[in-house]
Amino acid sequence: MTRLAPGTRVRVRDDWPEARGEAHIRTPHYVRGREGVVVRHLGDFPNPEDLAFVRPAATLPLYHVQFDPSAIWPPPRSAGAVLIEIFGPWLEAR
Amino acid sequence: MTSRPDPALLATPAEELFAALLAVLAAKGMVSEAELAARIQSTDAASPAQGARMVARAWVDPGYRALMLADGTQAAEALGIPMLGAPPLGVLENRPGRHHLVVCTLCSCYPRAVLGYPPFWFKSAAYRARAARDPAGLIAEWGTVLPPGTEIVVVDSTADYRWMVLPQRPPDTAGWDEAALASLVREGDMIGVTVPGSMPEPMPERGGKPG
Repeated sequence: MTRLAPGTRVRVRDDWPEARGEAHIRTPHYVRGREGVVVRHLGDFPNPEDLAFVRPAATLPLYHVQFDPSAIWPPPRSAGAVLIEIFGPWLEAR
Repeated sequence: MTSRPDPALLATPAEELFAALLAVLAAKGMVSEAELAARIQSTDAASPAQGARMVARAWVDPGYRALMLADGTQAAEALGIPMLGAPPLGVLENRPGRHHLVVCTLCSCYPRAVLGYPPFWFKSAAYRARAARDPAGLIAEWGTVLPPGTEIVVVDSTADYRWMVLPQRPPDTAGWDEAALASLVREGDMIGVTVPGSMPEPMPERGGKPG
């Protein structure tokens, strides 16, 4: 997997594994299907979605991704940003 | 694997279960009594005073501030705060026009190594929902006044890092020594619900319902 550079515009996959069975997910529901921008690569960590079930876990890149609240919430809302740690496989470059 | 716990096991006093678990871990060489004692000691020593020491040092030492923003774990260790086994620590700096608010919407991730146990409200559904959705309203209810035009960055702690906020140094503290500066810094300032010197009431007591 190619490392996503800071500034890359990404879309969080609109995927709902919890609807298909047991799942452990670290990608908050409120940003699935939303677009944001990669701020930084935080490091590489074993996939918690597998660790939670004591399965062999691949090491995945973890990114800080910033979102505009207006892309997430209906008005009224605060100006500013939402900054979230998201694993690489959840992100698609735009 | 059974789906229900063995009733006899559930009836066993917790101390006996704990002792049995420790004996197994020791017998398998997975953990020693010394390691356990060291971990208990560092867990007990963790408190907001540790984070406050880091903040005060960053306010007086630009080199330390740079280290803290680049690698929070190293910065904590540089002040003798044990970080072994703790998740990596990230520090985000408040500055004019940009304020950070830390939340864990998924559960209760908290920079325990430097702030100790989280206050009870940090784990509440109300805090988690409102911090994500209405950070300005939430901060205002704490009595925190941010300059007009300040952008609030909500930091949702969802994975392997733990996040703390480096607040801005209050005005009128020129010449204060590190210990005096550290005494100004409360846990809420390092989560971003408050800013140093802003809050008229003491923080709510910790305790209450676990999250």
